Amino acid sequence: MRTLLSLSAFIVIAAAAPLPALAADAQLSQLRAEIDALKSDYDARVAALEKRIAELESAQDAAASLAAAPPPAAATPPASAPPPAAPEYPAPLPPPVASAGKGGLAAFNPAMSVILAGNYANLSEDPETYSIAGFIPSGGEVGPGERSFNLGESELTFSANVDPYFYANATAAIDSEGEIGIEEAYFKTLALPAGLLLKGGRFFSGVGYLNEVHAHAWDFIDQPLVYQAFFGGQFGEDGLQLKWLAPTALFVELGAEAGNGGEFPGTRRDRNGMNSFAALAHIGSDIGDSTSWRAGISWLSTHAEDRSYEDVDHLGLPVENAFTGSSRTWIADATLKWSPQGNSSRRSLKVQGEYMQREEEGDLAFDISGLGLTGDYDNRQSGWYLQSVYQFIPRWRIGARYDALDADSARIGLVESGTLSPDDFPILVDASPSRFSLMLDWSPSEFSRMRAQYAWDEARTGDVQDDQFLLQYLYSIGAHGAHKF
Amino acid sequence: MKFRTSAVAAFLGLTLAGTANADLKVLATTADWGALVTELGGDKVSVYTATTAFQDVHRVDAKPSLIARTRTADLVVATGAELEIGWLPVLLQESGNAKIQPGSPGYFEATSAVRLLDVPSTVDRSMGDIHPLGNPHIQLDPHNIALVAQALAARLAQLDGKDADYYARRGADFQSRWSQAIARWEAEAAPLKGVSIVVIHTDQRYLANWLGLNQLAAIEPKPGVPPSAGYLAQLVTKLSATPPKMILRNAYNDSKAVDWLAERVHAPVVLLPFSVGGTPEAKDLFGLFDDTLGKLLATAK
Repeated sequence: MRTLLSLSAFIVIAAAAPLPALAADAQLSQLRAEIDALKSDYDARVAALEKRIAELESAQDAAASLAAAPPPAAATPPASAPPPAAPEYPAPLPPPVASAGKGGLAAFNPAMSVILAGNYANLSEDPETYSIAGFIPSGGEVGPGERSFNLGESELTFSANVDPYFYANATAAIDSEGEIGIEEAYFKTLALPAGLLLKGGRFFSGVGYLNEVHAHAWDFIDQPLVYQAFFGGQFGEDGLQLKWLAPTALFVELGAEAGNGGEFPGTRRDRNGMNSFAALAHIGSDIGDSTSWRAGISWLSTHAEDRSYEDVDHLGLPVENAFTGSSRTWIADATLKWSPQGNSSRRSLKVQGEYMQREEEGDLAFDISGLGLTGDYDNRQSGWYLQSVYQFIPRWRIGARYDALDADSARIGLVESGTLSPDDFPILVDASPSRFSLMLDWSPSEFSRMRAQYAWDEARTGDVQDDQFLLQYLYSIGAHGAHKF
Repeated sequence: MKFRTSAVAAFLGLTLAGTANADLKVLATTADWGALVTELGGDKVSVYTATTAFQDVHRVDAKPSLIARTRTADLVVATGAELEIGWLPVLLQESGNAKIQPGSPGYFEATSAVRLLDVPSTVDRSMGDIHPLGNPHIQLDPHNIALVAQALAARLAQLDGKDADYYARRGADFQSRWSQAIARWEAEAAPLKGVSIVVIHTDQRYLANWLGLNQLAAIEPKPGVPPSAGYLAQLVTKLSATPPKMILRNAYNDSKAVDWLAERVHAPVVLLPFSVGGTPEAKDLFGLFDDTLGKLLATAK
């Protein structure tokens, strides 16, 4: 093409160039003949090229129409689809070639979201002394938090599909002191066969119902007492989770987890292999268009080694005790959601409840830094909650929750043998902590929520009632979240 | 029913899912896409529709029943453009089904076949719950249905190659019936051109664009943001000066704000199906448009 162009330019220049006046006629006609020869040659070549271009163009059109009527397969109906006519109506334009949205490097940025939360607390009792009577302190998020204004945890979440095979999600929680904790950082498979899902890394265990739910999606400001007492809020671990979903119209999900069991009620152990094991089963379905439900049963087995806690002896002097042994928890959960014709934007009702029972068996050491006495220990404890949240008009919800725990009396070897008295283990008193909470929240949009909560908390030892009034805000910025049932 | 029987059998371990019958199992996120798959797939497909016309498809729970249906689906037909962003990603991720992950042939978005209106040039949540990719409520322009049908028929043929001829035949048949219907609707709808309307949400955008309806106002001040008393008062003042011919309400919308406004601006409310199944007359896609136009024309008279 290039040579052709320069050749034609040469011809033009040559033709236009003033010829020397001396040039003989013969020379002139010879030159003319040469130019004519060149010209005809050039015309032939241009014609050949034009023909080739036309051929290429028609081939391209064919390819484009093939691409437009998607992939390979067989006879799709391109010819038989008559073009919708009526020119006075605006027919929609064909789709853009690539609707990628954002382009360049940003196109592959993970979905990011930040949750900001904070509260104001008015508590009738000193939150420093809060404890759940009869339960070995879990050391986690227990109690209503501090008085007055508090910045809550700020949650940062990044998530995206890694490739066709994996999805990854990382959630970091920054507390008000600026300390960063990795709440969850896991991968999840997308392409395993037969309904299998493998999750690995750090994650909230799939046991129960509320355990997996992040704080910003809770219906009350705090976790039920049973979660606080049994798991220190939520049970997370570093490990693997394998789930299998049955290929049935009824939702049936079976799962197993193995992990390091480093979180309460377990402890990190210097040992290879799995230190915690969980099994879970969930089923769920719909009742008509308006109601859907899920129910499940889970089992968690962990092991604690020198899981220490602070208590006082019968003289009221501080001692440090430690439990070593197995901790097994059963959980039964059920959730039901109702909304008229399944339309939850106006009115909706959610009822959920969970029951947990835990048995801890092993040795209890008394005053590990002093007397260092050890005896056997067996304690079977249970607890449950039932809560309901009702959206009565768009954006407004009210909720009520009742919590109850049964600490039961522990079998303590050192007490049975007469070495020590029950007064040496005041935390392990037989108690029935309970709490009743009411909640009202207002959500101006899907991304903001303000909540008021009042709780009558009788979880402490003795007949102490803690009146807790809390106000909370929750803001979500960034990617639009998708929530589980 | 057929599907349920096979599912129960699979549950009992008597047979493996999918092998019991040769149907292509399709999960459609809305009744419209469900109806379209039925038009195109006939008895070669079994369709499960995730939502009804009485639900706001943007606000749906990732219910266990839906996860179970996603698990066994060979094809998921979604609207896309982030309409189902609050729940569909959970279904896909929790399904353990590799076939229907985005990017696979088993995942189809209707909005990929049409050009979206109202694509915002800037995106900020202070503008309400806007969709960065454009207005996703595409089903009320029949030309969009034709485009989606063409892409969807090709996808069915791709997934179920042995029945490709069947889908091609049904696709061609649907297109010819559909284009005749469009011609009829457009002839009938001529008097609707320029008719002034008030909508609730921006989900009548494609209908208004197709018929040349003149949208005076929306009851939501911003997409997804319910009106305040002050905004409604302003609306009454504005609309009293230039009253709309009618106020449109979808089957899933609450009647309260609409009725309140209608009484004050003296305009009739038209209850539209919005999706297949939204009214008894809107039994299928043809019925959806017949009924929508019928109701609009009756009120515009």
